[in-house]
Amino acid sequence: MKFLSEYRDQKAAGQLAGAIGKKVTRPWTIMEICGGQTHTIVKSGLEDLLPKEITLVHGPGCPVCVTPIELIDKAVAIAKRPDAIFCSFGDMLRVPGSSKSLLDAKAEGADVRIVYSPLDALKLAKQNPEKQVVFFAVGFETTAPANAMAAWQADHDSAENFSLLVSHVLVPPAMEALLSSDKCVVKGFLAAGHVCTVMGFEEYLPIAEKYKVPIVVTGFEPLDILEGILMTVSQLEEGRHEVENQYARAVRREGNRPAQKTIAEVFEIVPRQWRGLGEIPASGFQLRGRFQKYDANRRFPFSGEPARESPECISGLILQGIKKPHECPAFAVKCTPENPLGAPMVSSEGACAAYYHYGRRQNHLIQPELSGPAGR
Amino acid sequence: MADAKITSFNLSCPVPRVADDRIVLAHGGGGRLMHQLIERIFMPAFANDALEQRHDGAVVSVNGSRLAFTTDSFVVRPLIFPGGNIGDLAVNGTVNDLAMCGARPLYLSAGFILEEGLEMETLRTVVTSMQQAAAKANVKLVTGDTKVVDKGKGDGIFVNTSGIGVIEANVKGTIGPASVQPGDVVIVSGDLGRHGIAILSVREGLEFESPILSDCANVWPAVDALLNAGIEIHCLRDLTRGGLATTLNEIASDGNICIKLEETLIPVEETVQSACEILGLDPLYVANEGRFAVFIPAAQVDRTLDVLRKIEVSQGAVRVGRVEEIPGRTVVLQSRIGGNRVVDMLSGEQLPRIC
Repeated sequence: MKFLSEYRDQKAAGQLAGAIGKKVTRPWTIMEICGGQTHTIVKSGLEDLLPKEITLVHGPGCPVCVTPIELIDKAVAIAKRPDAIFCSFGDMLRVPGSSKSLLDAKAEGADVRIVYSPLDALKLAKQNPEKQVVFFAVGFETTAPANAMAAWQADHDSAENFSLLVSHVLVPPAMEALLSSDKCVVKGFLAAGHVCTVMGFEEYLPIAEKYKVPIVVTGFEPLDILEGILMTVSQLEEGRHEVENQYARAVRREGNRPAQKTIAEVFEIVPRQWRGLGEIPASGFQLRGRFQKYDANRRFPFSGEPARESPECISGLILQGIKKPHECPAFAVKCTPENPLGAPMVSSEGACAAYYHYGRRQNHLIQPELSGPAGR
Repeated sequence: MADAKITSFNLSCPVPRVADDRIVLAHGGGGRLMHQLIERIFMPAFANDALEQRHDGAVVSVNGSRLAFTTDSFVVRPLIFPGGNIGDLAVNGTVNDLAMCGARPLYLSAGFILEEGLEMETLRTVVTSMQQAAAKANVKLVTGDTKVVDKGKGDGIFVNTSGIGVIEANVKGTIGPASVQPGDVVIVSGDLGRHGIAILSVREGLEFESPILSDCANVWPAVDALLNAGIEIHCLRDLTRGGLATTLNEIASDGNICIKLEETLIPVEETVQSACEILGLDPLYVANEGRFAVFIPAAQVDRTLDVLRKIEVSQGAVRVGRVEEIPGRTVVLQSRIGGNRVVDMLSGEQLPRIC
């Protein structure tokens, strides 16, 4: 398939891996920011090709993983209203809140629907004027333009029965938070290519300079990631710390200006809670000005019990790259995709789920009773 | 950008309540939750020798004849989809389950649960398709039942079909996971993912330059040809709900074997692959309704492929992997770029990703 198969070519992958091997002289820890990249790395067994000096750690770029538990609880509460149709992207449905997931709510009769676009949710609102249609607007900068567009369109059409439960987060503040932590082990970043298609990469220049860390804007296919690693390793070995663009076929320095304009019109920057990480200043979006009337948070006041948290899940350490999923005592024992202790075990983008589904063999964690139908 | 320096992280994560007090959709998804349901609820209640075979159908002996008996319910939405409808699906699904036992399909029953308000024309279309599929498969629909439920309590039409077939004299040994040997080769009968994507493309309103048609078909002619050619079939399984990945995981688990696949050998049509990329799905887990996997000795690969490719329903047959020498209850895939990974069983429904 054009633009896919050429980025999954075995010979080219071998050449890039060989080039990384020639370049590297000592151990380096590199973080891929985006869950989509984690998914590719584990699904293609890419680490098998890398020299042992390179350690990849998996960053906080999985919207499912970092959406706070309070918000999941709120989503479940709204979904259970008899007048509500609650719309979400697919993989938010399985994320555990403090007592239930959206899938549980659906099983109990709530009208929860998977949509591929927030504009589909807006369409549902027009088709069901007697219902309150709420869209769970999660994600990074990548999904922000479409969500902003839905709010803008709702305002344009005066769709009064439509609202957004917003939990948007931003990549650069999270990178700064990681880098400013004294536990930080990351020496170079693969920045999330799709985020940069929207935002460009100018905002990464001060981060690279301030923390003396190479940042390479990287795509999502196996060859993209290998090339991103090669560019990062080259910078590290040569003592450089620049922002470079591996994903040039999709990303321009200035990004997508019209999309940025729509985002700025609809959203304002606010502090956000990150599940597993805590509050990070200026790290998220919420609806601004005349769009606040579409804020589900305001429309449906929620007074649930404070969310319960447990010390058993180490997702915070995993999202910072301090630990790998299989280093968690609960991994594949108490915490599985059927009974996740934390969000990274839920989404296919979550590092723990990616390791569980694809990686247990290479980490010598295969246990016969775990690989067949459970309970045998 | 504001200064984002923070000094401490709040490292915490919630412990959710385990959702095992109610049925969720994933219990019917063909993945691990469904297997838990079978193992924890149904097996303890009904355990017997025939059920213990854990096959698509039960093989039982009656007065010296070996019979295969199977049942399946069909709840597809939309009722009519590109390449078929719930009617031919219901006939072919049960015929194929019998075929997977190495049994020549003979007789079917059909139970209809109809929703009040269903258009008679839709029912006619479905019944006509059933009749045509049954005629093509040379099976007779010999008994049936009809119930009507209140509007809103059904989804138009639910169909259950049960089937009886006879195991042919030329079936050597038992066809099933226990007969799989190290070194066996895994062959699939054609390209993967058409049925699931045909259904999803209607549900999601996706349009392609050439529409993706369901692969819904009767596969008995292919199995019959293999038996007649004297191929030593160790295991047969149709690749329905949960797709190739789930089926192979079941076989690996039941047979205590490790199956190694090669990604470059797995046949997926380009339109299906594109749809999967758009929808964020993995074709290995997408349902098929006219495809099966067969395990055979390595020495018979060429002859098996020759036989299969002469039959219409399996003309796209290819080798996709082999059974490793070491046991392991695992399915491993060598990726396109040469890395290795485990192909796990789905834990629930395959859900589309956010980005």
